[in-house]
Amino acid sequence: MTAIRVRDLRKRYGQVEALRGISFEIEEGEVFGLLGPNGAGKTTTVEILEGYRRRDGGSVDVLGHDPQRAERAFRERIGVVLQHSEMWPNLTVAETLRVFAGYYRRSRDVGETIALVGLGHKRDDRIKTLSGGQKRRLDLALALVGDPELVFLDEPTTGFDPQARRAAWEMVRGLRSLGKTILLTTHYLDEAQQLADRLAVLRDGEIVTIGTPGELVDASGPTEIRYRLDGELTLLRTDEPTRALHELTGRALTEGRELRDLEVRRASLEDVYLELLREEEAPE
Amino acid sequence: MRLFLHQLRADQLVFWRNRESAIFVYLFPVLLFLLLGTVYGGTYEGRPVVDYLVASLIAYGVANTAFGGLAIMLVVRRELGILKRIRSTPLPAATYVAAALASIVVVFLLQTATILLLGKLVYDAAWPDDWLSVALAVGVGAAAFCALGLAAAALIRSSEGAAAVVNVIILPMTFLSGGFGPTRDFPDFLQRIADVLPLTYFVELIVGIFVHGEALWAKPGTIAVLVLWGLIGAAIAVRRFRWEPRLG
Repeated sequence: MTAIRVRDLRKRYGQVEALRGISFEIEEGEVFGLLGPNGAGKTTTVEILEGYRRRDGGSVDVLGHDPQRAERAFRERIGVVLQHSEMWPNLTVAETLRVFAGYYRRSRDVGETIALVGLGHKRDDRIKTLSGGQKRRLDLALALVGDPELVFLDEPTTGFDPQARRAAWEMVRGLRSLGKTILLTTHYLDEAQQLADRLAVLRDGEIVTIGTPGELVDASGPTEIRYRLDGELTLLRTDEPTRALHELTGRALTEGRELRDLEVRRASLEDVYLELLREEEAPE
Repeated sequence: MRLFLHQLRADQLVFWRNRESAIFVYLFPVLLFLLLGTVYGGTYEGRPVVDYLVASLIAYGVANTAFGGLAIMLVVRRELGILKRIRSTPLPAATYVAAALASIVVVFLLQTATILLLGKLVYDAAWPDDWLSVALAVGVGAAAFCALGLAAAALIRSSEGAAAVVNVIILPMTFLSGGFGPTRDFPDFLQRIADVLPLTYFVELIVGIFVHGEALWAKPGTIAVLVLWGLIGAAIAVRRFRWEPRLG
């Protein structure tokens, strides 16, 4: 089943075309990453799907609903973690979750949800005493307490230290194993690579590529073989690395010479990503 | 209705848990009443001064609580992102707003009851003759000033400035409207300004009921002006109210 279907989605803010006709689909149970630099249109896309913004063109189907009609039945089924949001500073974690749980017809157990995000030891502490990372966990707990099928995570780890980021990743993997569909935006490549089953790279309001992390690397062209022979660095690009390497090393062996600094290198996802973004800076 | 009560309970919890809002919004008019009641006694134009004080501080309360307290609460929640966050839950927007209004009205009614009770117990003020008029006047005042509070929340840009903006409105308005004492000897131009302020009309209404024993409907024109101000506030709120923080 398809959870989200977006076709030719367009949005402009005044003169600025924030989304220039993007299309993608997300399957149920999939973790889908929207990757791109700041200002690429990630948050605009997510906020249209969440029902916060109206689109200017194209069609959007989220769990069978049109989000901009903001139906209650739709909001019963989604969970949202916004990029910035705070909660009532003087309520405790458990009190805040109970308030939110009351908004839904069917909600998860509050204590269990608090434990799920690892805030069990903080459940009776006021929110103003939580650290930044703990507040983000609370945001996640609030998104989950309505037991949603689909969870939106808008830059869930921006501003985290590496340890907190790892913990957040574990939590997202946990959600995935609960069978939730997850749409996450990030400008961290490693995060997309770690978490997303498939990802779309957004640049200037357009999707420049879409696929699994592996596919994106495969599409990136030849393997590079580097070595130094007689002090001279040689670079070889090939689509048949096995054959090329066999011939190269075979020749070196028969001639009894050493290929210094021999290195076989596939483009990493990071190379692919940076290459995609570089095209943005190139003049038209 | 279940959701409304749920949200009202949550709003009450949030209100009383925050010591600043409980003191500033609920307690301050009560303290001011005790202070003024201790300083001023006797009679004014043949009526007990404490009757004037009860009426005046209820009037100050409606500005401070229904207007100011509501505006500050909504601006702070908007800028924290709480309003935006709640918009993505199944809680309907109308239910949320209704509960927020009801919650501040509960605080205002408690405050009014406290002032009435302290007036009676501490300063031996007489009970008003006409409870129905008291209830209706307080209701009309609360509704009009809540609507103006919504409008103010829609127009105020940042939570840092909210308390300052609200006080710059409330204190001079209460002073000019006669909430802190008679304005008869004020210069003419100040009285002209007072003539357009909504609180002037609420003071007139409530003083009429508490001090002169009038019924609410003795002053239909006064009620009409209050209602008109309420409608203006509601119109601004409907057009300008936003749920999302004004991030730069």
